[in-house]
Amino acid sequence: MTPRARIALAVALIVLAALPFVPVEVPGLFEGALGSPGTLNLLGLCFVFGALALTYDLVFGYAGLLSFGHALYFANGVYVMAIALARWHWPLLAALAFTALLSFVLPLVLGAICLRMRDIPFAMVTLAFAQAGSILVLQNPFGLTGGEEGLALGGDVLPAGLVGVANTRNVYWIALALLAVVAFIGWRAVNSPPGRVWQAIRENERRVGVLGLNPYLYKLGAFVLSAFLASCTGVVYLLLQGGANPQVTTADFTLALLVMVVLGGVGTLWGAILGGIVYEYLDFRLVALSNTHAVQSLPGLLRVPLSEPLFLLGVLFIVLVLFVPGGLGEALRRRLPVPAGHAP
Amino acid sequence: MTTVALLLVTGIGLGALYFLIAAGLSLIWGLMRVLNFAHGAFFTVAAYAGWALSRNLATGSPGLQWAIAVLIAVAVGGVFAALAEVVLIRPLYARHVGQVLVTVGLALAAIALVQGGFGSDPQRLTLPAWMTGTVSVLGANVPNTRLLVIAVAALVFALLIFFLRRTRFGLIVRAGVENRAMVQALGIDVHRAFTLVFAIGGMAAGLAGMLAGTYYGTIDPGRGTAMLIYAFIVVIIGGLGSVTGSAVAAIVVGVLQQFLNFYGATGVGDFSVVLLLAVVLLVRPGGFSGAST
Repeated sequence: MTPRARIALAVALIVLAALPFVPVEVPGLFEGALGSPGTLNLLGLCFVFGALALTYDLVFGYAGLLSFGHALYFANGVYVMAIALARWHWPLLAALAFTALLSFVLPLVLGAICLRMRDIPFAMVTLAFAQAGSILVLQNPFGLTGGEEGLALGGDVLPAGLVGVANTRNVYWIALALLAVVAFIGWRAVNSPPGRVWQAIRENERRVGVLGLNPYLYKLGAFVLSAFLASCTGVVYLLLQGGANPQVTTADFTLALLVMVVLGGVGTLWGAILGGIVYEYLDFRLVALSNTHAVQSLPGLLRVPLSEPLFLLGVLFIVLVLFVPGGLGEALRRRLPVPAGHAP
Repeated sequence: MTTVALLLVTGIGLGALYFLIAAGLSLIWGLMRVLNFAHGAFFTVAAYAGWALSRNLATGSPGLQWAIAVLIAVAVGGVFAALAEVVLIRPLYARHVGQVLVTVGLALAAIALVQGGFGSDPQRLTLPAWMTGTVSVLGANVPNTRLLVIAVAALVFALLIFFLRRTRFGLIVRAGVENRAMVQALGIDVHRAFTLVFAIGGMAAGLAGMLAGTYYGTIDPGRGTAMLIYAFIVVIIGGLGSVTGSAVAAIVVGVLQQFLNFYGATGVGDFSVVLLLAVVLLVRPGGFSGAST
């Protein structure tokens, strides 16, 4: 990374960290002032999804593994943490340690099994395990997961500083820190020697084997790292939402992750972050847009498509895949030349 | 015994629905190596088209109205699928991941549109009186709709096999599944077969959409996606590219799911089927029949 890029990144981080103290209205972009709890919560969610999309990009964009089960590892972080806190009433640190342990063991075991397959069979078996997880959560075993209702954390299970509207800024800072840490780890990982092997496997796995390296172990490493980081983002998501909902376990959720990564640009870290942030922001704001008077008063033929965020995102996604395979990242790069090494 | 008979027929009925979705998926995969996530959208869009376009017809007979709805669903499913292939999949022949991604986007957009137009609540179908009755099979009162679904799926299976074994296009499709490059090298336009296979798959999925509505009594926007996952499982267990394999696997999966859901807790059947896929993939990565149709 060039010194100028470093400085730009540091300035961006400081500005974002100072945002809770900026009571400026940004009409059109956000409903409340910048420092208001509602806006901070939305931004926090955007950061979480930026980080999550990055973790998916590690396994899909860098190691070339088309996993359809990434939602499972995100949901693992969300649900294990929620159960340890709300059902077993463990202290925060114990719950964190337990979640971290499971978030390492689960992808290690499942990854070891799934990676015996390649390409589409690999995609299908990861999808199958994720679907099994989704069914498990919906069945509410031993009354742990809350089934379709989800699992609310309640006020007394978290330290006081993380609960309530007034403390949204604390959770916002955690989300920002999460994004920074995940981005840093991701950047270090893909530029490390194993990271270069991942990219080599993506390009030509057999050649890597011929060169005397064991692709299986490297792929497993990428899978476990990516899944572990995804679980970490799940924990912060839980803090922001104040509860777990079964939506995050579904295949649709993994598909949304795929959309985020492709939206931003496969195989670039900052592209994936951008994709995650833009997706979450659009998903949220398009719902608000559809409820505005301007849209509601349109004739049905226009109103119906415009009030479905997933329709607009799906169409945007198709257009990007067809015409801009590099995603938003590439579209931006074409317009403004980004100096090499700008990637965080 | 009555319970077993009822579960068996219900399971085969469910399997029949899975088969109608899986047959198209399997052929599309076998010929084009495209994992078609939009298949659930063909299913849903066709079912809603059939229901919405036929509900206000003053035919006077619910049976005729139902038949018209089915025909519309089949036609819409076929046309939608063929259009999707020509407009979205064809420009991406060189990019396999791109093709999968485009079908993902199409599935998201189309189902969201249906949900926006008709709401996310289930819509009740008006069925002819004879369909809502039951018939006694080994002492069990089996709803007529189950038998109807099974009969139609069996007919589709026979037609598909006839098409694949006895027609020139079927020959091209079978040869393409075996070795696409060789078929092209022989000077045959495989791309026309691609569109055809998509249209056939879409027609079968549209039929499945309307029949699933008949089976459950309602149609809802989420069912296509939910059934698609089990259809994927059927396709893989049956062997990618094999219609007969899909038929056998569909019945196994449907029956197994019904029995375990009944005798175990709810959801145990769904869970076991998913794990069955993992086991099959690990033991026999190619599924239980090779890539022959």
